[in-house]
Amino acid sequence: MKLHEYQAREILAKYSVPMPPAEVAETPEQAREIAQKYGGDVVVKAQVLMGGRGKAGGVKLCSTPDEAAEFTASILGKKLKSIQNPEGMVVERVLVAKRVDIVEEYYIGILLDRARQQNVAMVSAAGGMDIEEVAAKTPEAIAHIPVNPKWGLWEYEVREGLRKIGFRTDKIGAMASMVRKLAQAYNAEDATLVEVNPCALLSDGSIVAADAKVSIDDSALFRRPQWQAFADDAADDPIEAEAARRGIAYVRLDGNVGVLGNGAGLVMLTLDEIARAGEKAANFLDVGGGAQAERVRECMELVLMDERVQAILINIFGGITRGDEVAKGVTEALAKLDVKVPIVVRIEGTNAEEAREILSKANLIAAQTVQEAAQKVHELLSA
Amino acid sequence: MAILIDKETRVLVQGITGREGGFHTRQMVAYGTQVVAGVTPGKGGSDFEGIPVFDSVAEAVERTGANASVIFVPPPFAADAILEAEAAGVPLICAITEGIPAADMLVVVNRIKENGRSRLVGPNCPGLITAGQCKIGIMPGQIFTPGPVGLVSRSGTLTYEIVNDLTRAGLGQTTCVGIGGDPLLGTRFLDVLPLFEEDPDTKAVVMIGEIGGTDEEAAAEYIKTMTKPVVAFISGRTAPPGKRMGHAGAIISGGLGGPESKVNALTSAGARVADSTTQIPEFVAEALSRTARA
Repeated sequence: MKLHEYQAREILAKYSVPMPPAEVAETPEQAREIAQKYGGDVVVKAQVLMGGRGKAGGVKLCSTPDEAAEFTASILGKKLKSIQNPEGMVVERVLVAKRVDIVEEYYIGILLDRARQQNVAMVSAAGGMDIEEVAAKTPEAIAHIPVNPKWGLWEYEVREGLRKIGFRTDKIGAMASMVRKLAQAYNAEDATLVEVNPCALLSDGSIVAADAKVSIDDSALFRRPQWQAFADDAADDPIEAEAARRGIAYVRLDGNVGVLGNGAGLVMLTLDEIARAGEKAANFLDVGGGAQAERVRECMELVLMDERVQAILINIFGGITRGDEVAKGVTEALAKLDVKVPIVVRIEGTNAEEAREILSKANLIAAQTVQEAAQKVHELLSA
Repeated sequence: MAILIDKETRVLVQGITGREGGFHTRQMVAYGTQVVAGVTPGKGGSDFEGIPVFDSVAEAVERTGANASVIFVPPPFAADAILEAEAAGVPLICAITEGIPAADMLVVVNRIKENGRSRLVGPNCPGLITAGQCKIGIMPGQIFTPGPVGLVSRSGTLTYEIVNDLTRAGLGQTTCVGIGGDPLLGTRFLDVLPLFEEDPDTKAVVMIGEIGGTDEEAAAEYIKTMTKPVVAFISGRTAPPGKRMGHAGAIISGGLGGPESKVNALTSAGARVADSTTQIPEFVAEALSRTARA
C-alpha cells in the first residue's frame, strides 16, 4: 500500500531522517498560515497517490503566502489527471514545504531484491530522474548495497558502496547516515519500498530528503493499525477502493470485458486469452479459493460497477471452489441486479455438472474452455 | 520414484484443528497420504479423527517420525510455525498460508538457507503431489494420474487447468510442485528442475511461470544444461506494469518481471514456450515421442 508523501514523512521523522520543514493543509487558509511561518517561499504539493504529479500541475513553487493560498484553493477538490492516471484523482490536501536551495540531487531506494532474497539499498548520484532509466543506461552509476537480514545495514557498508561508484568524497558520510536511517525505517515499519528522489544536497552543505515515497506491505497491515484504516482509500481507483473494503482482489484495467475467475494464475490466463481473441479485459478479479454464492454475487456487483463493461467472462476451475456455488452466486446476482450485458461462463472441475445444470436455466452463454469463452466474447462484441 | 514425496512420506499438519487444516487433512487422508500427526499449541493430547494432536512440532516428530509438515496456520503466526518445523529438523516443510508479511519471510528463507537442513515449499502455494501416492496441500487429487510428466508452477488453479488437460490427453504426472505466488519463496524453479532432471521416472517437464521477479530467467540458465525436454508457459502476458495481479509476487516493477524477458530467456534456453495452455499437452506429447525415439 502506497502512502501519501505527508504520511511517509511521518514515518521517516521517527528515524530522524533530515527533511525540509513541511506541514499538511486542508484549506487555503491553512496553506497561507504555513507559508507565512516559512517566510513565504514554499513548495505546495498536491497529496495524491499517482505518478506524474508535477506534470499534472499538482506541484507549484510559491513566493508569497497569498500565492500558496491561491494555488491551494485552485486544486483542492479538483481532479488531477496524468498519463499514468488518466481517470484522475481528487486532491483532498496539500503539503506546504519550506523551499530549500538545492545544489545537487541524488537517488536512494530501499527495496526487496527478489533474486537474492534480501533487501537492498540502491543509491545513485543521478537523482531527480527516473531510476529505471539510469539503471538501463548506466547500471554502473548505481550502488547496490545488500541489507543483511540479521544485522541490517551499517554505515561503513554504504560508504564502501558509494566509494565504488565515485560518489563525492566529502558527502559520503552524510549520505551513509541518511541511507542507514532509511533502511532502519524500512525494516522497522514493514515497508516494501522506501524511496527518496531527490535526496538533496543544499547550498549550506546539508543533505535532506526532499521527497519521500513509502509503501507498506499489505500483508503486514494487521500489525500496523495506523495504516489499516487508511488502506481502503489508498487505491488508485474508486472500484479498486470498494474492492479493498470488501477484501476482493480486483485490479481495474482499460478494456471492456469484465472478468471473474478463481486463482490469480487462472485469472491472468483469462486476461491473456481475451487479448488473444482480440479484446481487452476491463479488470482482474479473483473470487478466491472456496468462494460461496454470496461472495460470487458481490464480485459480480463489483465487475458491473465499471460502466465500460460490455460483456462478462466467468472462468472457474473448481478445486476447493465448487462450481455449483459459483453458479448459484451468478444466478443470484442476475436476479438481484439489472444485468444488461451478455455473460459467457466456463466452469470446469469440482461439481461442474451441477453448475452447468443451474446455469442452463439462466440466460447465459456456456463455453467448454477459456479459449472458446474468449472467442465467444469476441464474437458478441464484434456483432 | 518421483520427487520430494511418495507413499512412505509421513506428514504432520500444523493447524490441524482449524477449518482449513481440518478440511484438507481429510482430503489428504482420502488421497492416501500418511497423515501421522497434527500440531496445535494448547491442544496436545487430543486427536483429530484418530490422528494424534501434539503441542509442539518437536514432540510430534519425536513421537511419530513425521518427515514432512504442511502448514495451515493464519498469516500472523505462519512464519513462527515454519521456523518451529525447521528447528525440529523436519526435512520438508510446505506452507499453504497466503499473506505472510515479507519481513517475516525474509527471516524464514534466510534461516532455512543458512541451516541447510529443511526444504520449504511455498508459502502461498497449493502444495505438492506425487500422483497416486501422496498429496500434501490443497490440490484437487482427482485430476492427477501417474505418468512421466514433472510439473512445477507458481500458480494453483492454473496448474489444475493444465494438469486436467494433460490427464485428459493421457499424459500422467510424476510429481507436481506448486512453489507459490509470493515474492519470497522457499523453493524456486531452479531448485526443482534439477530434481526432475535426476528423477528416472520423469521424462518431460512442464514449467508454469508468471510475471514478476526473475526466477524464470534464472531457471532458463539451468534448462540450457538439461537433457530432458521442458515445455513452459508464462501467464500475465497482457498485465500492465506496476499492478499486482492477485499474487503478491505477480507484479512488473522497477523494469523487472515483464513477460518478454521470460519468454525469450526460456525459448533461447531450448524450452518450448506455449502461447496458450491448450498447446501444452500437444507440445509435451511431441517431446515425449522424440525422447522415446532417441
